Amino acid sequence: MRAPTKVLLAGVLVSVTVGYLMASGIKETGVYFLTPSELAEKVAADPSFRDVGVKMGASVVPGTIERDVATQTVRFQATDGTQTYPVVYRGLAPDTFTDEADIVVEGRLQPDGTFRATTLLAKCGSRYEAVPEA
Amino acid sequence: MTTLGQLTLYALAALLAIASISLLTALIKSDFNVAYVAAYTSRNLPIAYKISAFYGGQSGSLLFWAVVLSFFAAAAQWLTPKRYAYLMPYVAAVTSVVVLFFVAATIFAANPFERLDFTPVDGRGLNPQLQNPGMVIHPPMLYLGYISITIPFAFAIAALASGRLDIGWLHAIRKWTITSWVFLSIGITLGMWWAYVELGWGGYWAWDPVENASFLPWLTMTAFLHSVMIQEKRGMLKRWNVALISLSFVLSIFGTFITRSGVISSVHSFTQSNVGYFFLVFLVLCIIGVGVLMWRRLSLLETDTHLESALSREASFFFNNLLLVGMAFSILWGTLFPIISELVRGTQVTVGPPFFNQVNIPIGLALLLLTGIGPLIAWRRASPGNLRRQFTIPVAISAATAAVIVGLGMRDVYAVMAIMFAAFVVAGIVQEFWRGAGARHRLHGEHYVLALARLVARNRRRYGGYIVHLGIVMYFVAFTGQAFKTEMEASLKPGEVAELRSPFGHTYTFTHIGVSQYEALNRFVSAASVRVRRDGEQVGILTSEKRQHVDSFKRPTFEPSTEAAIMYTLREDVYMVFAGSVAGTEEAVYRFTINPLVAWVWLGGFTLVLGGIVTLWPGGLPARRGPRRDEEAGYHASFEPAAKNEQQEPEPVGSGSGT
Repeated sequence: MRAPTKVLLAGVLVSVTVGYLMASGIKETGVYFLTPSELAEKVAADPSFRDVGVKMGASVVPGTIERDVATQTVRFQATDGTQTYPVVYRGLAPDTFTDEADIVVEGRLQPDGTFRATTLLAKCGSRYEAVPEA
Repeated sequence: MTTLGQLTLYALAALLAIASISLLTALIKSDFNVAYVAAYTSRNLPIAYKISAFYGGQSGSLLFWAVVLSFFAAAAQWLTPKRYAYLMPYVAAVTSVVVLFFVAATIFAANPFERLDFTPVDGRGLNPQLQNPGMVIHPPMLYLGYISITIPFAFAIAALASGRLDIGWLHAIRKWTITSWVFLSIGITLGMWWAYVELGWGGYWAWDPVENASFLPWLTMTAFLHSVMIQEKRGMLKRWNVALISLSFVLSIFGTFITRSGVISSVHSFTQSNVGYFFLVFLVLCIIGVGVLMWRRLSLLETDTHLESALSREASFFFNNLLLVGMAFSILWGTLFPIISELVRGTQVTVGPPFFNQVNIPIGLALLLLTGIGPLIAWRRASPGNLRRQFTIPVAISAATAAVIVGLGMRDVYAVMAIMFAAFVVAGIVQEFWRGAGARHRLHGEHYVLALARLVARNRRRYGGYIVHLGIVMYFVAFTGQAFKTEMEASLKPGEVAELRSPFGHTYTFTHIGVSQYEALNRFVSAASVRVRRDGEQVGILTSEKRQHVDSFKRPTFEPSTEAAIMYTLREDVYMVFAGSVAGTEEAVYRFTINPLVAWVWLGGFTLVLGGIVTLWPGGLPARRGPRRDEEAGYHASFEPAAKNEQQEPEPVGSGSGT
């Protein structure tokens, strides 16, 4: 076999491997990113969807954050305007987690309708770009 | 001779400098009538952060980009040797268009000079997470990297447009490419440092879209740095090189687009604004422009020679390029996957760190192995003699290292492979230095230290590159440490103790001292401290703070922020975060993390920059003409008779080469 052919074949092999790694990576680690309404819809259509770990993007309902520092548990209501879920998160909440925050929680919807989160990301709407003062 | 076009570029740089000085003056003097100044600074902000607010916000960073690019554009005209004069008009045109784009964006989409119709008494202040010394230099370094890619890109376009596609343009941009690569590396590493110190989750890389966006051009630039050597040496990969540098430029614009548009949510992103769409349109125009130009010049980009053997340096560089671009592609795919899946399936599917790690660790390991192979294997065709001579010692050392670490109880397969390959790379590099210095010692009777210094000085590109490789190895070793991170959370009353065992077998105890509250320059602080003991011996006191920033009227600004406390050692960092006190008492909740080998990220960064500086140091050409070069060639032939093909990296042979 000529050298360019050999290298080309090896190159194809490498590309296929990378492609396989990507495809299997997405299959194994990809997580649905849903709004509370979309989550409600999915669960209504197929109750077993509860067992699928999902990410939910929503906003905090102002005034609903309860922090229990001793047990490191945070409870709050997350909403997209139409559907609201109570969320329970155990762990350290980020600094940006406040009443006005947009949040992303990853976890599972429990049979009792609470969302048990294993990760909590928060982004303050005015994080970098200040809203010009009125 | 200076042309009118060049004078215009110099004038452009001067005018943009005046604009920048005006904005800086407004920031420093706290002219809150300027909306930008009011939005990003406050009276009580330390001066360094007032200055860094210049590029801390959207519109200011666009102006920063424009002014820096105009200086680079002027410098390219000023510094490029006369023999490349035929490229310069095109270079001027391309750089001007890019500057024009940024100036247009500041004028039409985000104007930093916009005034308010009243003057606030105080400004809003800078986000506390940006109030960090790293944040003063991280963005400009990254921007310098991004921006300077424009110059090699402009030369590539110039070569395409002029039809002068010989080796000339590659020689003309060599230093630019390395410069922008070094800036990108510094920028990314400082970003890691900032994330580590400021974000409080105990890591430095989270595969966040904005982090990824900065990594993409770095990967393609790394590929380019290697593939140009193949074109210089063997006249191959011409199309690939033009495509790679264009891709790097496009990715740098794409990175800015990701940061500005909010299309992908990220902890770093600026809020949504239409500036993003300016970038998108520009991006598409660039891709079309490059595509058309390349298509028209395709016949001029024919390869001069063909690959002779699969066991050759060319082949190893080919794989290195394939893997780097593959890595870039997988990261781009993962970053855009929420959008792609929404378009295809109607539901957003996101991928996070598990995806990126699963895909990139194997690719990274293969790249690390190639980092070891590339410098050792001969050009064209590696003879059995070359392989034996170059590889025996590194392979033996690598195997021995693997045996030792497995013997010590390390079972993580990836970690063992990483350290094994790291040992291989380091052994190969040491062997190169050793043999080179040894040859000088024998031939010129120089002392080993002098021989080593001269060796590096005479061939800065080659040995500087090896130093960069050493830096890369340090990063890999540091990444390995992440597999062994341990952490715990604890709620402690004063005097209570938490205990944590580190992966290196030390036992750390943390005794809670108490929580104190005080007022500082622009914030209220509540600080919690612990006494740290390692194996029973006191090693220090760590204090982590919760800060509430306030304006000059003591009104709170921004949400409270946390300052992690870090004890740095070469083996493992102790990383502590104060999460809050329980119901106003002195009982504090902490998270303690033992972070093995993190220090090697920063050491790797220093080493890499050192290597970059060695490579860039002016006057590195051993001899532009005559006897010294012959002498140089002579000693190589004498100490390397087995591999005649293995030539020394040719530095450009003065002005004659290629033109």
